[in-house]
Amino acid sequence: MTGRPPGEPRRAAYLFILPAFLVYALFLLYPIGRAVQLSLYDWDGLSLGTWAGLDNYVEIVADEGLRAAFWHALVLIGFFCVLPLGIGLLLAAILNHSKVRGLGFFRTVVFLPQVVAMVVVAVAWRRVYAPDGTLNDVLSAIGLDGLTRGWLGDYAFALPAVGVIGTWFETGLVTVLLLAGMSRIPGELYEAARLDGAGAVREFFAVTLPAVRGEIAVALTLTVIAALRTFDLVYMTTRGGPGDSTSVPAYEVYSRAFEEGQVGSAAAIGVTITVVIFTISFAINRFADRGSS
Amino acid sequence: MAASIPRTLLAISAGLLTLAACAPGTSAPPASNSAQPTPASVRTDPAAMGKITLTVWDQEVRGGQAAQMKALNTAFQAKYPNITINRVSRSFDDLNTTLRLALSGNEPPDVVQANNGRPQMGAFVKAGQLRPLDPYAKAYGWSERFPQSVLQYVSYSPDGKDFGQGSLYGLPQVGEVVGILYNKDKLTKLGLQPPKTWADFEAALAKAKSGGEVPIQLGNLDKWPGVHVLGTVQGQHVPADQIRALGFGRKGATWNTPENTKTAQQLADWVGKGYFNKGFNGQGYDPSWQAFGKGEGVFLIGGSWLIADLAKTMGAKLGFMLPPGSPPVATGGTGLPFSVTSKSANPDAAAAYIDFITNAEAMKVLAENGLMPVSDTQSQQVAEGPVKDMFTAFGTASQENGLVPYLDYATPTFGDTLGAALQDLLADKKSPQEFLDALEKDYKSFVDSNG
Repeated sequence: MTGRPPGEPRRAAYLFILPAFLVYALFLLYPIGRAVQLSLYDWDGLSLGTWAGLDNYVEIVADEGLRAAFWHALVLIGFFCVLPLGIGLLLAAILNHSKVRGLGFFRTVVFLPQVVAMVVVAVAWRRVYAPDGTLNDVLSAIGLDGLTRGWLGDYAFALPAVGVIGTWFETGLVTVLLLAGMSRIPGELYEAARLDGAGAVREFFAVTLPAVRGEIAVALTLTVIAALRTFDLVYMTTRGGPGDSTSVPAYEVYSRAFEEGQVGSAAAIGVTITVVIFTISFAINRFADRGSS
Repeated sequence: MAASIPRTLLAISAGLLTLAACAPGTSAPPASNSAQPTPASVRTDPAAMGKITLTVWDQEVRGGQAAQMKALNTAFQAKYPNITINRVSRSFDDLNTTLRLALSGNEPPDVVQANNGRPQMGAFVKAGQLRPLDPYAKAYGWSERFPQSVLQYVSYSPDGKDFGQGSLYGLPQVGEVVGILYNKDKLTKLGLQPPKTWADFEAALAKAKSGGEVPIQLGNLDKWPGVHVLGTVQGQHVPADQIRALGFGRKGATWNTPENTKTAQQLADWVGKGYFNKGFNGQGYDPSWQAFGKGEGVFLIGGSWLIADLAKTMGAKLGFMLPPGSPPVATGGTGLPFSVTSKSANPDAAAAYIDFITNAEAMKVLAENGLMPVSDTQSQQVAEGPVKDMFTAFGTASQENGLVPYLDYATPTFGDTLGAALQDLLADKKSPQEFLDALEKDYKSFVDSNG
């Protein structure tokens, strides 16, 4: 009415975001702030907490068990992100390239694990890995008796065994994401590549891979978060065992806050996980953005 | 512009932070602690208490547990129509995670079922959230109803630091005892009798092994089942008071003794001799006892809670005994005790309710619903068989003061420490000495800070 461009004065814009921001602040910012505050106290959840400064954070670095837990989470990133990405790229490229019949069917099948609750997944895999479980039965059937073991109770194999469940779980998500990206690549690009004499492999690296950079970033972000905050899987399969060989930070948060009455320390671990997740996701997206511009 | 939004966000979050910047938790324990009722001032006739609603939080959600609770609540309300029970029942895990918050609120339930150990009951006592029940114990004669070996599990010093003695903070309904389950058919086939001595038991294990059987069925994936095996072996080598001191996390007790070394060594030897099933650290607890039910394994070291289910599949083949020895020493305890909260407005009615669900009549109801009553255990009418074996075992152990606490009661973190270290010991990743060192480290740091 006064001839100003829409949205002016700029301050009015804040009014529009205010309701959403209030909800966001109430349910997200406040709890996070509170968690950060709790992490600076030594508190059992009941009696008066005592100021601990950065002690809880120092403990994360100094405590061998907690360091190991964070290390295990990094190993899980390999299983939750790197492997699914490799398999997903391969699967999606094949599915997209060969224009297989019944693509919808395959897409559904690959995606299926995502639909099942993690707790159910964990219970099912626990059976597979049991000393008298499916995996050992199969190994015995093909004459590999020497390899049979209680997989989740084996010091060398428990963490990879948990990781493989993650790979199985995340591959579908990654594949479907990548498929969506690949289906948007114009056919002319492939034609041009072929005219220039590129083989399937060359074509993949020159055309397909750069085109799905954005999807890769999304897939990596989602799976890294899943890997770092893994709790249900470990809780249901190994409870951090054997020994402490599959302990993960999120499980430590649970056991400290709810079982051992060390709420301050639990909050400190939670905050640390958040920071690590934030840093890694930020790096991934920075990397993807730079590539696309 | 673009930079100012994050700045605003930061400012606002900083504001929220300062708003919240006071220490978490409450400093003063509720006032009721100072106003201790004396036995004379305690009222024990619920009918004369006027119209009252009691809120009770329990975790008796499964089969027989739920049935007995319902029956007893109905009977209580029929007898005292002026009292209404508002029952809130949650599963064990749910109760575990919500009880802390509920108790620190302004209107906690009147009666709650809290786990005996330090992380729960101990922490609540320390925070002044549970009411000491000593005056009621005198008025109702609870110390005659329950043997000392049962009452120790619900006793704390008023500051919550000393577990196993002091004031009474709750009463349990059911008992638990860890013993040796055996498959009678397998024993007969091997030409063996149920062992009368520990040497007999070891000989039976050797014979079972050479006979091609799995001597002891164990599923230790969940970490804690092995603790029961450890406790049972420990009972043979370590004097009961020492185990009790260790289990209750008392000052002066130590894991570094020749007796405990012997215990750890024996376990390691058993693994070396192949007395456990293959891959036991990777076997789940439930699949493991189910396998025992299907005839895999001659012995199973486990708790009385397994009997009802196993008796269904094994029938008369199933036997249950206390670890051999006289007097017997067995890991055991009680179901979750019922406690009265400090802030309850009707402590007399709450105590009367607890008295009602743990009296001789209630014990009968428990037995009828297939549960093991914590008192009058041996006088219950049950048919010959594993359930009777179990009642006899618990009755004997509790009357002869042979119950020793679960070892993970010791410190808030001991369950994790012990479970992990034990998996290490059984997998030969830790020597007996390294195993004991790991336990001692946790134990000592707790005892030192507990004062």
